Amino acid sequence: MEFSLFSLVRQAFGGAAWPRQWRDAEPKPAYDVVIVGAGGHGLATAYYLAKEHGIRDIAVLDKGWLGGGNTGRNTTIIRSNYLRDESAAIYEHALKLWETLSQDLNYNVMYSPRGVMMLAHNEHDIRVFKRHVHANRLQGIDNEWLTAEQAKAFCPPLHIGGDARYPVLGAALQRRGGVARHDAVAWGYARAASAMGVDIVQNCEVTGIFRNIEGAVTGVDTTRGTIQAGKVAVVAAGHTSVLMGMAGVRMPLESFPLQALVSEPVKPIMPCVVMSNTVHAYISQSDKGELVIGAGTDSYISYSQAGGLHIASHTLAAVCELFPSFRRLRMLRNWGGIVDVTPDRSPIVGLTPVPGLFVNCGWGTGGFKATPGSGHVFAATVARGEPHPIAAPFSLDRFRTGHPIDEAAAAAVSH
Amino acid sequence: MLLIACPWCGPRPENEFHYGGEAGIARPPDPSAVDDAAWADFLYMRSNPKGRHKERWRHQFGCGRFFNATRDTVTDRISGTAKP
Repeated sequence: MEFSLFSLVRQAFGGAAWPRQWRDAEPKPAYDVVIVGAGGHGLATAYYLAKEHGIRDIAVLDKGWLGGGNTGRNTTIIRSNYLRDESAAIYEHALKLWETLSQDLNYNVMYSPRGVMMLAHNEHDIRVFKRHVHANRLQGIDNEWLTAEQAKAFCPPLHIGGDARYPVLGAALQRRGGVARHDAVAWGYARAASAMGVDIVQNCEVTGIFRNIEGAVTGVDTTRGTIQAGKVAVVAAGHTSVLMGMAGVRMPLESFPLQALVSEPVKPIMPCVVMSNTVHAYISQSDKGELVIGAGTDSYISYSQAGGLHIASHTLAAVCELFPSFRRLRMLRNWGGIVDVTPDRSPIVGLTPVPGLFVNCGWGTGGFKATPGSGHVFAATVARGEPHPIAAPFSLDRFRTGHPIDEAAAAAVSH
Repeated sequence: MLLIACPWCGPRPENEFHYGGEAGIARPPDPSAVDDAAWADFLYMRSNPKGRHKERWRHQFGCGRFFNATRDTVTDRISGTAKP
């Protein structure tokens, strides 16, 4: 059903229960395209394949439930003020799609461009962020430099005083940056894709990838049976190495637990998103009132979806220093997600050495913001069998040819 | 936080150690003799397994020495550590 003011009013006054928003499909024996991973990126890929490339015989498989991986575990930050032209292009492509995504999907993803402010605490930070501001201006992306006083005016609870171990010396602000409701992104893409005939198959873990005598992909083996496929697209974040290993492809990835936590809900106090790479904290407030706090990764690879307590404690100490008024807040929940990190901290979107096998991975600690752009350029890549121009620099082959896209300094968290 | 048994110093908390990545990755003795694919494999490709992982740790705030550990990446349980 179409969401509109009329439909909302009708439901409010005793309409029937809201119908299911997407079909929980049974797997068919064969599809044109099988997408492995029903997170935001995988569902967006299915949506754009169906909408823009006329490919509707698609299954999106997930070993768990829709949006239950990193899509449901991130801190929902959206921004595009990366340094390199290649990165700026793909993240800005995503940001432009975010701006109209709710209308496009007819589903409110609650995109809120409330501003993302990155704090500078020392001379090095100031130079790096000013360099970002200048680079972004050349790229046509909004990013501006604020003094410490201007940063305080933009975010009143922020403590900029000189008594701090790392005082705030200034900030880079992207006003079009902000947050969106992460679950709604998965649900919105799932609903729109399902309406175009895409099968979303949950609790269906891929256990093998079949290849023919020429080496090309012919399908996948799953816990719910064998599925033939013309093309297989792996969009599985932390488990990408495991899946690609089934096709004999080694990946330049390491998987780490990345933690986040939320406080008890309080009245509106944080008007924007604040990030600090130096003291390592990022924080915003959800519409429910919880402060949403992003912590770091463990130092070692792991698939445990937990992470060490000292990692979260470190971030909370930084948050308490930046926002002294938050010191007595209690934390409600903490959790971990498994992020796949590449050597250059840039994603891999494109072809693989195996014909018919495509991969979209390596978004590391900051993939949520890219969801619409990632799905959009990956769908074009899968449909045409050649990289979309924006995706082309993010090839798996760049590690062999020596063209990494070094975004380590621009990532959401320090590594 | 992990409890890691340094082969020289015994069990110590994780924050005394520095993770050294996957074990057993040897630098090609003559880099100019290998092709780009082999060099990329050495530099960038990692097994990243879900399960048993052989890895290196350095007892940074202790004896300072490197050693090898075998850890399950699902449970994070370390089944053994050994001198290199």
